[in-house]
Amino acid sequence: MGTMPDGTQGDSTHGSMRGASTHGTAQLDDGVVPDPSLPPTSVDESVRDAADRTWTPAKIALWAAIALLGGVAWFMLAIVRGETVNAIWFVFASVCTYLIGYRFYSKVIERYLTKPNDRRATPAEYKADGKDYVRTDRNVLFGHHFAAIAGAGPLVGPVIAAQMGYLPGTIWIIIGVVLAGAVQDYLVLFFSMRRGGRSLGQMAREELGVIGGTAALVATLLIMVIIVAILALVVVNALGESPWGVFSVGMTIPIALFMGVYLRFIRPGKVMEVSLIGFVLLMAAIIGGGAVAGTEWGAAFFHLDKVTIAWGLIVYGFIAAILPVWLLLAPRDYLSTFMKIGVIVMLALAIIVVRPEITVPAFSEFAGRDNGPVFSGALFPFLFVTIACGALSGFHALIASGTTPKLIEKERQTRLIGYGGMLMESFVAIMALVAAISIDRGIYFAMNAPVALTGGTVETAAAWVNSLGLSGVNITAGDLAQTAKDVGEQSIVSRSGGAPTLAVGLAHIMQQFIGGTAMMAFWYHFAIMFEALFILTAVDAGTRVARFMLQDSIGNFVPKFKEHSWRPGAWLCTAIMVAAWGAVLLMGVTDPLGGINTLFPLFGIANQLLAAIALSVCLAIAAKRTAPKYLWIVAAPLAFAAVVTITASFYKIFSPVPAVGYFANNAAFTKALADGKTSFGTAKTQAAMEAVVRNTMIQGWLSIVFVVLSIIVIITAVMATIKALRNTAAGLPNAENEDPAQASRVFAPAGFVPTAAERDLAAAWNQLPTGERLEKSGHH
Amino acid sequence: MNAVLAGFRGFAGYLGGVLGADAYKKYLEHHEASGHTDPPLTEREFWREKTDRQDTNPQGRCC
Repeated sequence: MGTMPDGTQGDSTHGSMRGASTHGTAQLDDGVVPDPSLPPTSVDESVRDAADRTWTPAKIALWAAIALLGGVAWFMLAIVRGETVNAIWFVFASVCTYLIGYRFYSKVIERYLTKPNDRRATPAEYKADGKDYVRTDRNVLFGHHFAAIAGAGPLVGPVIAAQMGYLPGTIWIIIGVVLAGAVQDYLVLFFSMRRGGRSLGQMAREELGVIGGTAALVATLLIMVIIVAILALVVVNALGESPWGVFSVGMTIPIALFMGVYLRFIRPGKVMEVSLIGFVLLMAAIIGGGAVAGTEWGAAFFHLDKVTIAWGLIVYGFIAAILPVWLLLAPRDYLSTFMKIGVIVMLALAIIVVRPEITVPAFSEFAGRDNGPVFSGALFPFLFVTIACGALSGFHALIASGTTPKLIEKERQTRLIGYGGMLMESFVAIMALVAAISIDRGIYFAMNAPVALTGGTVETAAAWVNSLGLSGVNITAGDLAQTAKDVGEQSIVSRSGGAPTLAVGLAHIMQQFIGGTAMMAFWYHFAIMFEALFILTAVDAGTRVARFMLQDSIGNFVPKFKEHSWRPGAWLCTAIMVAAWGAVLLMGVTDPLGGINTLFPLFGIANQLLAAIALSVCLAIAAKRTAPKYLWIVAAPLAFAAVVTITASFYKIFSPVPAVGYFANNAAFTKALADGKTSFGTAKTQAAMEAVVRNTMIQGWLSIVFVVLSIIVIITAVMATIKALRNTAAGLPNAENEDPAQASRVFAPAGFVPTAAERDLAAAWNQLPTGERLEKSGHH
Repeated sequence: MNAVLAGFRGFAGYLGGVLGADAYKKYLEHHEASGHTDPPLTEREFWREKTDRQDTNPQGRCC
C-alpha cells in the first residue's frame, strides 16, 4: 500500500487519489474497517473542521488578547530600552508565543503534513502487551515525555549564551522552538508512532538506505559520547572544590541504592512511597552537606579537585552502566523525575511571584565580538549552537522515537505530546535564562570566565571584570566574597559551566520567595543537586544506550556481540563508551583554556547535527505524504540547522582565530613549543601546552567527522526526497514503511481540554457496557 | 476540605502516573482485557521482570 501526496491511503494497484477530505468520517477511504458495534473512534472530520473554523466573538477576543499581550511583552523586551526590564515580560512573551504557535502553526503541520487519523489504532493498541506498549492517558504521557526530554541542557545553554545579552537568546529560544524544535519532536514522534515505535536509526536506514542509515548511526553514537562527556564536565565544574556539593551529590548514590533495594525486596511497586522517602533523604543530604562542609574534617575530606572528581565520575559511570537497572538507574530516575516536576513548578511560581528586575542589556558588549570570555565565537552561528536544548535539540529525536510512541493512545494526541512537550522545555530554558540574568553582570562574568582570565582569586577577578569596560558593571572583591559566603561556597570565581550561575540566580530568586538570605546556601545547593541528578541520570542512561548501539554495530561483524546478555561483550562495549566520553571529559577538565569555553560549542554542534539528521529523515518521509509546497515545514528548520551547524563546524575547523578554530589554536601552540617557549597564552607550563596541542587536534578531527557524516545524511535525505517527489509527479506510488492500518477500538480526546464534539463522543463511549470496550487507561 | 483532599489525590495520582507507579495496575488491566486464562504475575514478579527487561532494553534520558 502506498501513501498518496494528499495523505490518503491509495492502494498501489491503481494509485488513485480518491478524495477523502470532503466526506464524513464514516465513508473515509483510509483502509480501516471500524467495528460497527462500537461508537466512532474519531470525531467526524467535518464537525471538527467546522468547530475549528467557527470564530465566536469570545474566541476572537481571547486570541486577540493573547496576541496583544504577547506583542506588548515582545515590545517591552525588544524595543523599549529602559534601565531595567521586568522578568514577567519574559513569561508573557514566551507563553503567548507558545500558545499562538501551538494553536495555529502546529495545526498547520497537523492538517497538511502529519494528517493523523484517529480511526487507526496506535502501536499502544495493536501491539498492546501491558508492558512496553501501553495506552497512556494523554496528560500523564505529556508529563512523562517532558520528564524524558528535559534535563540539564535547557538549564545550562541559556546561561552560557547570556554573555551576549538577553535578547538574542530569548528570540532564538522562543522562535526557534515554535518553528524548529517542536516541529522536529512532533514529526519524529508521529512518524515513529506510525512505524510501531521504531527508533530514529531504524527509520534512517529504511528511508535513506544503507549509506545514509549507517552515517546516521555512527554520527548518533559519536554525538552521544560528546553530549555525555560535556554534561559530565558541567557536573565536575559545579562540584570542583565544593565540599558541600560533593557530599550532597555523592549521597544520591547510597540513597538511590537504598531505594532500589526497597523497591526490589521490601515493598515492590510502591514507587510513590519510595520516591517520597528518597526526596526526604535528599533534602537531608543537602542540609547535612552544609553541616559536614562546616566541619574541618568534612571540608578536608570532600574538598576534591576537578581531576579527581572527573576520575571518580568515570569509574562511577562504568560501574553504574554495568550494575542491574533496578539497583541504581531505575530508582535514581524516579528521584530525578520527581525533582524535575517539582523544581520547574517551583521556579515558575517564584519568577511569577518575585518578578525580578533585569539589569542585563538586551545586547551586551560581546554580542558583536567573537572573543567573549564565556564562549568564543560570533553571535552567528555560535549563539544558535550554544543554546541547543530549549530551542532545537536533536537528542529529543531519540526519545520521541523510543518510549513515547509506544504509549500514545490516539494519533491526534501526538501534537499535544510532541509539539506541546517541547514548548514546555523551551519555557524551562526561558526561566533558566531569567534566573541567570537576574544576578549582577559583574558576578556573572567573574563566575563564567576561565581561571586563565580571572586569576582565580576575588581580587584578580574583580579587577579583570572591571577592566572589561562593561556598562554599569563595577564589582569589588568584597561582592564576590560575600556572594560566595551567602551560597555557602569557598569561592565562586571561575565556576564555569552554567550550573553554578543558574544556582546563584535561583538562590537569589528563591530566597525572596521563601526563606530570605539565610536560605540562600540551601537553595544554591538544592539547584546544584538537581542539576547533578539530571545529568548523572543522563550519563548512566546515555552510556547504556550507546553501549547497546555499539554492541549491535559490532554484532554485524562479530555476531556474538548481538547477544545482549553476553557479559564480556557488554563489559567491553561499556568500557569503550566510558573511555570515549571519559577521555573528552578529562580533556575538558585539564584544558588550560577552560573546558567549557572550548568544548561547549562542540556539545551544541553535536546536538544540532543530530537535529539535522532527524529532520533529514523527517523530510524524506514527509515528501511521500504531502504536497511539495508544504515541505518547507520541514525544509526550513532543516536548512537553518544545517547552515548553523555546518558554518559553526567550519569556523571550528578553518577559523584562523585561535580562540575559535581548533587547528589555528593547535598551530599556535605547536609553534610556541617549537620555539622553545615554556608558557604560552593561557597555558603556564610546557605540559599544559602539549595538552592543548593534543586536545585541539582531537577536537578538530571530531568536528570534521561530525560534519562529514551529517552532510552525508543530509545529501542522502535530499536525494530520497527528490525521488519521492518525482515518483509522485509521475503518478508512481512510493515505498511505504508504515505499519499497516488497523481499526482502533478506543476513543480519547486529543488535547488537554476536550472539545464539545469530543465530550459528546466520550459520553457515547461511556454508555457502552464495560465488557464491550477496552479498559480505559488512566482516569483523568 | 474534601475538594482540597481530592485535588491533592489527583495531583499525587498524576505524579504517580508520570513516574510509572501504576504500571502493575495497567498490566493487570491488560491481562484481564486480553482474555488470558493463566494467572497474572504477582506484583513482585512483575516489577522484577520489568526492571530486568530494562537491563537489555535501556531507555534514553535527555540532556
